[in-house]
Amino acid sequence: MTVKEIFDTMEYGPAPESAADALAWLVDQGSSFGHFINGDFTKATDSFDSKNPATGETLAKLSQAGQSDVDAAVKAARAAQGKWGALPGHSRARYLYAIARLIQKHSRLFAVLETLDNGKPIRESRDIDIPQVQRHFYYHAGMAQLMDAELPDREALGVCGQIVPWNFPLLMLAWKIAPAIAMGNTVVLKPAEYTSLTALLFADICRQAGLPKGVVNIVTGDGAVGEMIVNHKDIDKIAFTGSTTVGRKIREATAGSGKALTLELGGKSPYIVFDDADIDSAIEGLVDAIWFNQGQVCCAGSRLLVQEGIADAFYKKLRARMDGLRIGSPLDKCIDVGAVVDPVQLKTITDMVDANTDGQTYVADSPLPADGCFYAPTLITGLSTASKLMQEEIFGPVLCSMTFRTPSEAVEIANNTRYGLAATLWTENVNLALDIAPKLVAGVVWVNATNLFDASAGFGGVRESGFGREGGWEGLHAYTKPISATKKLTKIEAFTGDDGPTDPLDRTAKLYIGGKQARPDGGYSQNVYSSKGKLLGQAPIANRKDIRNAVEAAAGAKAWSKTTGHLRAQILYYIAENLSARAEEFAKRIDALTGKRGGEAEVQTAISRLFTYAAWADKYDGQVHGVPIRGVALAMKEPVGVIGAICPDETPLLGLISLMAPAIAMGNRVVLTASEAFPLAALDFYQVLETSDVPAGVVNILSGNHAELAQTLADHLNVDAVWSFSSSDISADIEKASAANLKRTWVNNAQARDWSGPDGEGRSFLEAATEVKNIWVPYGE
Amino acid sequence: MQATTIKTDTHQLPQAVEPRNPGMPLDLDWVSSVQANTSAIERRAKTISGRRSVKKDYQAAWLLKAISLIDLTTLSGDDTEDRVKRLCAKAMQPVRAELLETLGVPELTTGAICVYHDMIDTAVTALSGSGIPVAAVSTGFPAGLSPFHLRVEEIRQSVAAGAKEIDIVISRRHVLQGNWQALYDEMKAFREACGDAHVKAILATGELGTLRNVARASLVCMMAGADFIKTSTGKESVNATLPVSLVMIRAIRDFYDRTGYRVGYKPAGGISKAKDALVYLALIKDELGDRWLQPDLFRFGASSLLGDIERQLEHHITGKYSAGYRHAMG
Repeated sequence: MTVKEIFDTMEYGPAPESAADALAWLVDQGSSFGHFINGDFTKATDSFDSKNPATGETLAKLSQAGQSDVDAAVKAARAAQGKWGALPGHSRARYLYAIARLIQKHSRLFAVLETLDNGKPIRESRDIDIPQVQRHFYYHAGMAQLMDAELPDREALGVCGQIVPWNFPLLMLAWKIAPAIAMGNTVVLKPAEYTSLTALLFADICRQAGLPKGVVNIVTGDGAVGEMIVNHKDIDKIAFTGSTTVGRKIREATAGSGKALTLELGGKSPYIVFDDADIDSAIEGLVDAIWFNQGQVCCAGSRLLVQEGIADAFYKKLRARMDGLRIGSPLDKCIDVGAVVDPVQLKTITDMVDANTDGQTYVADSPLPADGCFYAPTLITGLSTASKLMQEEIFGPVLCSMTFRTPSEAVEIANNTRYGLAATLWTENVNLALDIAPKLVAGVVWVNATNLFDASAGFGGVRESGFGREGGWEGLHAYTKPISATKKLTKIEAFTGDDGPTDPLDRTAKLYIGGKQARPDGGYSQNVYSSKGKLLGQAPIANRKDIRNAVEAAAGAKAWSKTTGHLRAQILYYIAENLSARAEEFAKRIDALTGKRGGEAEVQTAISRLFTYAAWADKYDGQVHGVPIRGVALAMKEPVGVIGAICPDETPLLGLISLMAPAIAMGNRVVLTASEAFPLAALDFYQVLETSDVPAGVVNILSGNHAELAQTLADHLNVDAVWSFSSSDISADIEKASAANLKRTWVNNAQARDWSGPDGEGRSFLEAATEVKNIWVPYGE
Repeated sequence: MQATTIKTDTHQLPQAVEPRNPGMPLDLDWVSSVQANTSAIERRAKTISGRRSVKKDYQAAWLLKAISLIDLTTLSGDDTEDRVKRLCAKAMQPVRAELLETLGVPELTTGAICVYHDMIDTAVTALSGSGIPVAAVSTGFPAGLSPFHLRVEEIRQSVAAGAKEIDIVISRRHVLQGNWQALYDEMKAFREACGDAHVKAILATGELGTLRNVARASLVCMMAGADFIKTSTGKESVNATLPVSLVMIRAIRDFYDRTGYRVGYKPAGGISKAKDALVYLALIKDELGDRWLQPDLFRFGASSLLGDIERQLEHHITGKYSAGYRHAMG
């Protein structure tokens, strides 16, 4: 076209970013890569091709790691970890800072390489991915610097196995590696097989930064390599970002191994538009929500919920906006939507949408390139919660929509999902926004914005979107552990005997469910004897149905989670007061049960512990993160929900209170199983609860066989977390069963804990009892 | 020096191709329902330059288009007849002739000349036969606080003097006080006084306090029959910005969707770089569509923008960065 013709038509024309430097870099590397192990690249084995999804061209040949490669990488990481973890924080900070600077210096090379490999528009890799990567290393250089002073009681986990996905290849690498090495861990990371190139360039950067050998190791290959990492005996922690299906398998595979685990999984995040929203801005937000990175974003706002009164007008505007999206070569600086990562993913998207018969489908009226993996932006309206596409993650540029009538219905629909990663809401009413945001079941909520990320604000999900946070202070827990000595815990057996009772007046201990004393569903009880064989009484044997009833009661007591910290403190103090009034009786009971003389001390510690959590109830504050926007990210600490806790056997009262008090102080509801060996103190305790204004269902107490009850609790899909400090060896079974709904677990892995000392209370318990939700609120008028 | 062909003197005016916005009754429900989320609007404004890029011949064509959309402006207390004549000459030959020849658009002119009332006669005479309309700022520009009847009379006299476009200033206080009826009545009176001349409503957005006010004032002025809405006088401390533009053009889009009438848009003040002009054009193209990229529906109010574009065009042709003194001053 001549200049004059363009003058008349005002078309955009091509605006290609040059790929020359990135392609030259690949050629310089021989267009072939080995693994990065112990500071050097191994010999390439040319096992598979890395392709450009926009053109189908092969960019380089990559090596599939075998067990010996993974072993070598883990060995290098292990060898490096001691020295690396022992460095002063400042020394590690220098390396992280150098990495950040080097990435910045080579930012365009990284961006172009990412776009070539992944298919995302160059605008995104240049303006979002790579700057965020730099930011992550800068931020965590600071965390390394501050670790000695700010986290004096915590230390590195050791060797971390990290598996990252293909949608944000380098950014997810940064999210994993930066906090890990800042805290003194060493890593073995596997990039996705579709998108390994920027990870290999990053390896080169590590060398240039002079990072000690073995601190960062990168092995390439498919899921089989991931499995080798997950199952490796000498890895202390697994961090995975990817699909819920694979996350579940990893949870099962690592169960009982003692490996720490964080999972950042799928989502079907709601995007709620209230009728008083800035409609044009909400529509533009959708471009960033579902047409960002071709919709291949775990937290994509893929479920559009529009208030009924504005729905038609909203959809009309939205369709017009979709028509303006430009789809094309990812290297073109003037396109909005690039290529889907691989033909396999393109087929998945196509099949899911083609199989749908519900609602009305609108495809953007915007030309697609003739070749390559492209999928047109799509909107499906008129769906219902029952529609498969409203429930299942598509992971493509497909927006599914339905309407709602009221704010409470919006919340109900939004939460009607197994996922809980992110949520977006649009309203100009601050009351509505700040009312709704805490009610949405999600790890991240954006108000009048979407897909905002920063290293300073934790990212991660609830429910089947996984657990753990990446970024912020809250993210450091995923890469540190408390410094403490460990001691093996052995099974504590109940005493046996055949003597008669010490007191002929029978007292019937019952289960405590929904604020009522309940006989066990099965109708069985077990005799409880003193160490001298005297019959102390009978404890009910709870079964599955008692668990079911207790969980139902706990789930129903959700009002507790909305009460104020002040009220919860009052009730905890009141429990302490009433326990104190019966201290002598409880002390005697404990002595009789355990055959020791520590009852009095245990009761006094239990009272003190109740005070501790009464104190914390209104003081475990959230944070306001310093995110780089005009706005705030409110890191709110929310209760986990319903926690099933298998209480310690050795301290029958203190153990129960040590779990119950932090849980309910933070607003959770609990199903507690009493000490298996010495259950009666726990069953006496419900009388204290009954006189202390604890609302029905907030605390439920069962007695019986730990292994059996733990299994039912861990299997229960309406239980959000299971804790176990039982002396029965049930940690592996709990973790394995928890995979079904990806509930949080906190288990002792057969390690003892001193319940009477400082390890028996404090921040670890509060952290386990809360989830951090980051609510982003940009502001400005 | 002189344009080689004689054009009709209305070829760039809205009525030539579009039915003129007749206005509509003031719809306060609509006005009060308007929302503008500042942070979100700023984010969109900030990313437009990263999302859209025009290169090579396309860039040259777009820059030529930008020239055709400029209201070449002088609004200074020290304006004289000769100064205005010089500017008119520049409007008729905005770029060195041989550069335009090379680019294949020899007849290019700016969209209009924009002056104070006293300079209308000079400008009309200087531009005679060129087809370039003269726009006059009016109604006690820039503050708009002279007596109402004098403001209306100023419009009448400017139209009588030959101005084809009148850039009026609204009473900012009506917006700040939420007195939409007063704003509507004022605008309607100005429009009536304009007769066949086209009226551009200057909102002085830098003085309206919030983007929400900008959105509401935009709507009210369109309801009262504005042919164009314009950001600024160029005399406020903050003039045209991308967020303000986004709000105003979205209001224009809504007005068109609701009434079927296209209202024009003129950002003014602070747009001085070729690169900025490209971003504005991309914003208009994406948010309003190609139809708005013509002089009857879009203008840049600018004085120094042209110089930067000239340098960029010479660079496009020669591959060498240009110097300001190689191009005739305006």
